[in-house]
Amino acid sequence: MLSYLVHRILIMIPTLIAISIVIFVIINLPQGNYFTAYIAELQESGEPADLAKIHFLETEYGFDRPFWEQYLYWVGGLIQGDLGYSFSYNLPVSKVVGDRLFLTFLVSFTTILFTYLVAFPIGVYSATHQYSWMDHCLTLLGFLGLATPSFLFALVLLYLANIYFGISIGGLMDPQYVDQPWTWNKILSVVAHIWIPVIVIGTAGTASMIRRLRANLLDELQKQYVVTARAKGLPPLRVLFKYPLRMALNPFISDIGSLLPHVISGAAIVSVVMSLPTTGPMLLEALRSQDMYLAGSFLMFMSFLTVIGVFVSDLALALLDPRIRLQAGRRR
Amino acid sequence: MRDLAFASGDERRISNDSTVAHTGTQLPHYVSGAPFDPYAIERMTPAQERFYMASQWRMMWWKLRRHRIAVISGAVLLTMYLSILVCEFLAPYSLDTRNTDFIFAPPQRVRIFHDGRLVAPFVYGFDYRLDMANLERVYTPNPEKRQTIRFLCRGDDYLFWGLLQANLHLICPAKGGQLFLLGTDRLGRDLLSRMIYGGRISLTVGLLGVAVSFTLGILIGGIAGYYGGWTDILIQRGIEVVQSFPHLPLWMALSAILPVSWSPILVYVGITLILGMIEWTHLARAVRSKLLALREEDFCTAAVLMGARPARVIGRHLLPSFMSHLIASATLVVPGMILGETALSFLGLGLRPPMTSWGVLLNEAQNINVVALYPWLMLPVVNVVITVLTFNFFGDGLRDAADPYH
Repeated sequence: MLSYLVHRILIMIPTLIAISIVIFVIINLPQGNYFTAYIAELQESGEPADLAKIHFLETEYGFDRPFWEQYLYWVGGLIQGDLGYSFSYNLPVSKVVGDRLFLTFLVSFTTILFTYLVAFPIGVYSATHQYSWMDHCLTLLGFLGLATPSFLFALVLLYLANIYFGISIGGLMDPQYVDQPWTWNKILSVVAHIWIPVIVIGTAGTASMIRRLRANLLDELQKQYVVTARAKGLPPLRVLFKYPLRMALNPFISDIGSLLPHVISGAAIVSVVMSLPTTGPMLLEALRSQDMYLAGSFLMFMSFLTVIGVFVSDLALALLDPRIRLQAGRRR
Repeated sequence: MRDLAFASGDERRISNDSTVAHTGTQLPHYVSGAPFDPYAIERMTPAQERFYMASQWRMMWWKLRRHRIAVISGAVLLTMYLSILVCEFLAPYSLDTRNTDFIFAPPQRVRIFHDGRLVAPFVYGFDYRLDMANLERVYTPNPEKRQTIRFLCRGDDYLFWGLLQANLHLICPAKGGQLFLLGTDRLGRDLLSRMIYGGRISLTVGLLGVAVSFTLGILIGGIAGYYGGWTDILIQRGIEVVQSFPHLPLWMALSAILPVSWSPILVYVGITLILGMIEWTHLARAVRSKLLALREEDFCTAAVLMGARPARVIGRHLLPSFMSHLIASATLVVPGMILGETALSFLGLGLRPPMTSWGVLLNEAQNINVVALYPWLMLPVVNVVITVLTFNFFGDGLRDAADPYH
């Protein structure tokens, strides 16, 4: 197990390096940089640009140096916990970002929890009651969830929530708690607001997970050991929980790897629509204004979250399934 | 003999047979004069031959045909794709016709009963009033203004396929009347017409994007699967890196690169490239795992021994044997791309007006007020949902059919 752990962590390092290179290339691809756009904007509106300050910032952040040096500077900062400087906010990125990273994490985590909690019973039900009336209904519902663009679903749900439950539109908490220290009431307010984004983001993931769990469980239920267990007179529920469900659970855990990018993508767009104080809206704005360190750090954070998520799911899988950890140990 | 007789239920024959058996009279010796053919039992009737010797594609078709939802979905998709060829003819108005007197007009209902009699389909014209208290435009259908819908009629001018000057439409409003079956937007443009036109972009974005990722997937997956070893490991790692990006933020970042000065057509091409460049990983993985299994087969070794180059071995011998799987998985990638384009355009990062796609139309519905006041502006989402659903069902059917020997 230990060798598997070490091996798995070692793999993560080159992955993260490659991701950071790709991100840095992408955020540098647009022509010019934040300052050229900024100066052009100022000149258009006829305001005098503070060229000295801009020049200072340009040299400070190494815009005149070769590309790879800029990259090393950025990554070096990241490793030390320095996310760089946001030009449009005139603040270090870590100050701008504040609670946002935490809230992104919170929303993503809750969504995954929600996905599991919903997908598990439904998946088991529709597998054990294959082709029943409920199964068809749930399948249709799942397909609809897959096909509906999340942003529109979010809008409609927001509207309904506002009309029927009186929840304030947009945001992740009632307006009076914004920028306030965390209190019990603030937490309650977040809980009251978080369910809409969680449902919206989770729907697509839940649908695909139900389908996969159903397919896996159906495969297992047809196997001979199940027939044997039944023939020996085990009660149906016991048969289900003792063997096939455990087998069908593996893909459930490993799926978190494919689920996470979806959840984070979904969170990005849904948060733009619902103006959640998470990474989505700010990323959009940073991309538009070429605020490269802000955008880069957000992208890096999202990818990092995914990589970590996959890592955790791999570990859980290894704990659950001895074949995986033994095989990995042998290969080394 | 006994069983046969039993099956026919003939009681007397049984008793006769038993007497024969008991007395032991010999049967006359019988030799067939026909030439002996030991394979007679294996020869097939023409019907059987048609069944057993059918080509792979024919068998796939048979199997697909049995999957009723997939067939229906396929038909719906085909209709939609055919309709984009003649969208100018199908749409009652042209793309940018503004009806400035009818801004944010609600959908009109088609009626066929007038005074209890069945008549040609008609709509009621609107009475317009500005509600000064709420500053809201109020349209009320007026039963006095009966406007019969015309069919195959002359309406807005358009250039058919950019070549022919024409003005024939499938349906048009009554002369001097209006026909907004799905309402109008903030410039008074007919939503139905715009949705029909928007299909041109939204439906082709997925196909072109898939073409890009298909090429990339086959190329990269083919190299990884065929060479194996270090190349494989490197490419595998690369795929993992690409997959660990959350798609949408990456799409957002990439489409932010497209210069604002680009013409709409270039932006369209750019967006399809971006969509295709991220989704290829699944296809590449499928190609790789299939190749790894297939390259150990005898026919592949034979080709290599006869001196075929890798490109020929992959292209001529390996690819055809799992092309059907690839097409099926490609079909399942399309809906993701259509949703991706919709999301990007909705955010204003994808296509921009005057380019019209369903996502661009939904961009107007960005605001919660729209949900409350002009809910019909969200209707383009119905098209998106139908397209994505049918692509999913059709792809599922194809995937099942792709392995007809099961």
